Amino acid sequence: MSRSLILTHTKYQFIEQIRVPIALVASAFFPAAAMLAFIVPYAGDNPVAATMSTGSMMLFAVMSSALMGLGIGVAEDRAQPWDPYTRTLPAGPLARFAARLLTNMTIMLLAIIPVLLIAAFLTAATVTPPRLIAGIGAVLLGSVPFALLGLFVGYLLPIKAAIPVTQLLFFPIAILGGLLSDPTSPPSFIAAIGPFLPSRGAVEMVWSVTTGFGTNPVALIMFVVWTVGAAAAAVWAYRRDEGRRYT
Amino acid sequence: MTVLARTAEVTRRYGDVVALDRVSLDIHAGELVGLLGPNGAGKSTLINLFVGLRKPTSGTVELLGGSPADPVVRRGIGVTPQETGLPEALRVGEIVDFVGSHFPSPVERGELLARFGLEDLVRRQVGGLSGGQKRRLAVALAFVGNPRLVFLDEPTTGLDVEARRSLWDGIKAFHADGGTVLLTSHYLEEVEALARRVVVVGDGRVLADDSVQAVREIVGVRRVTLVADELPELPGVISTERADGRVHLITADSDRLVIDLVRSGVPFSGLEIQPTSLEDAFLAITAKESAHVA
Repeated sequence: MSRSLILTHTKYQFIEQIRVPIALVASAFFPAAAMLAFIVPYAGDNPVAATMSTGSMMLFAVMSSALMGLGIGVAEDRAQPWDPYTRTLPAGPLARFAARLLTNMTIMLLAIIPVLLIAAFLTAATVTPPRLIAGIGAVLLGSVPFALLGLFVGYLLPIKAAIPVTQLLFFPIAILGGLLSDPTSPPSFIAAIGPFLPSRGAVEMVWSVTTGFGTNPVALIMFVVWTVGAAAAAVWAYRRDEGRRYT
Repeated sequence: MTVLARTAEVTRRYGDVVALDRVSLDIHAGELVGLLGPNGAGKSTLINLFVGLRKPTSGTVELLGGSPADPVVRRGIGVTPQETGLPEALRVGEIVDFVGSHFPSPVERGELLARFGLEDLVRRQVGGLSGGQKRRLAVALAFVGNPRLVFLDEPTTGLDVEARRSLWDGIKAFHADGGTVLLTSHYLEEVEALARRVVVVGDGRVLADDSVQAVREIVGVRRVTLVADELPELPGVISTERADGRVHLITADSDRLVIDLVRSGVPFSGLEIQPTSLEDAFLAITAKESAHVA
């Protein structure tokens, strides 16, 4: 029953998303624009740098979609009376959590297509088909802790607080994790702090499967620690949430 | 009689505000219970406790022999969402399917929609429905899962008389088949038409809990109507209202009122004394309560 409920929730959440396609267009536009503005002119000619930067940019995109899309989306939904109603239906938190993650992942997959096309046609980035598939898998896997953090914020805070808090979380984690720096020789403070942030482990997984980059075990362990911690926090916030005070 | 839902000594606070104060209530299988009370009396909190949306601060809530927090237990209940929150992008049929997929043996979609006069709207997006159509869809959703017990929070608010009556027929049919209903309403007429048992809550407590008939009698209030220009201050009058050229007085002691009226020497005509409606009883109970509190 539980698995079919996850699929049911995913299906209807996805239908709702694609019937209001502006959100989809926005999440596809941002990473594509960033690719054209920052990667194509500066790292476009070097195959390894272009490939790694494409990976960084894809992760940057899914991070923002996971953290902000879910954090703000969930907080917004909670303000609607439909949300408390769905909580009276016979489904545990798993179906709703999983469906949100799956819907978000599907939208992220659609959103990174333009990035991949730009990388393929306008840069020297190069990758074999198996490494490409592994890279996309790593990007999706890398988005999980951010999706969980987004759920945590969304269930914990009202919409007005969720917007700035997700942004405050997003930019430092992305920058200090080295997503906007030179992958091989980052500034020393990023090299020191980065491995303890989930963004570093995530991006290193992407680099590793696409270019054979040697990963830092500390970053990978911290990625797992963040994922487990964010999952616990999200479940806690969901259980604690009782909707609005007066309904 | 089997108890389907029960609160035992339930208190629920929101910070310093006590929404429910040691409320004990049993809902038995096959009952159609009307829950009455002014705004802020605790009706919604009580329903939210039963359907698992809130937890009591103290005391216990039991639903179908288990806990409302258990999703499996909630397969046996149906709840009405507020129609203002239905997902606008989804179609009517999709929402029914979505809700139905949570239950082991949902009502067939066409049959459910026909029951609520929505059969022509299957393909329509919710955003394009009228307020009344959304309201009917919202009520229909409570019945999708073939529930044993439904919670209807103001099911007909905002509907015209005809739509309201057709919804009443749907609720009555469910009840006639053995279904159990807990209903809140702004319309006392609605509770009077549907419910056998009335629970009056005020200030977080149960003020009265009995049959519609008995609640009227417990209060023992009478409606005294007459034609008069000006009336003096009369003791024991709970409420005064002028309508259609007549003065309507609600009182717990109509004999006393008539004696006082005659003694006051004010000219009047067309005196009538009637048993009260549930509305009068409700007014009397809550008036007595606020007098008691003050």
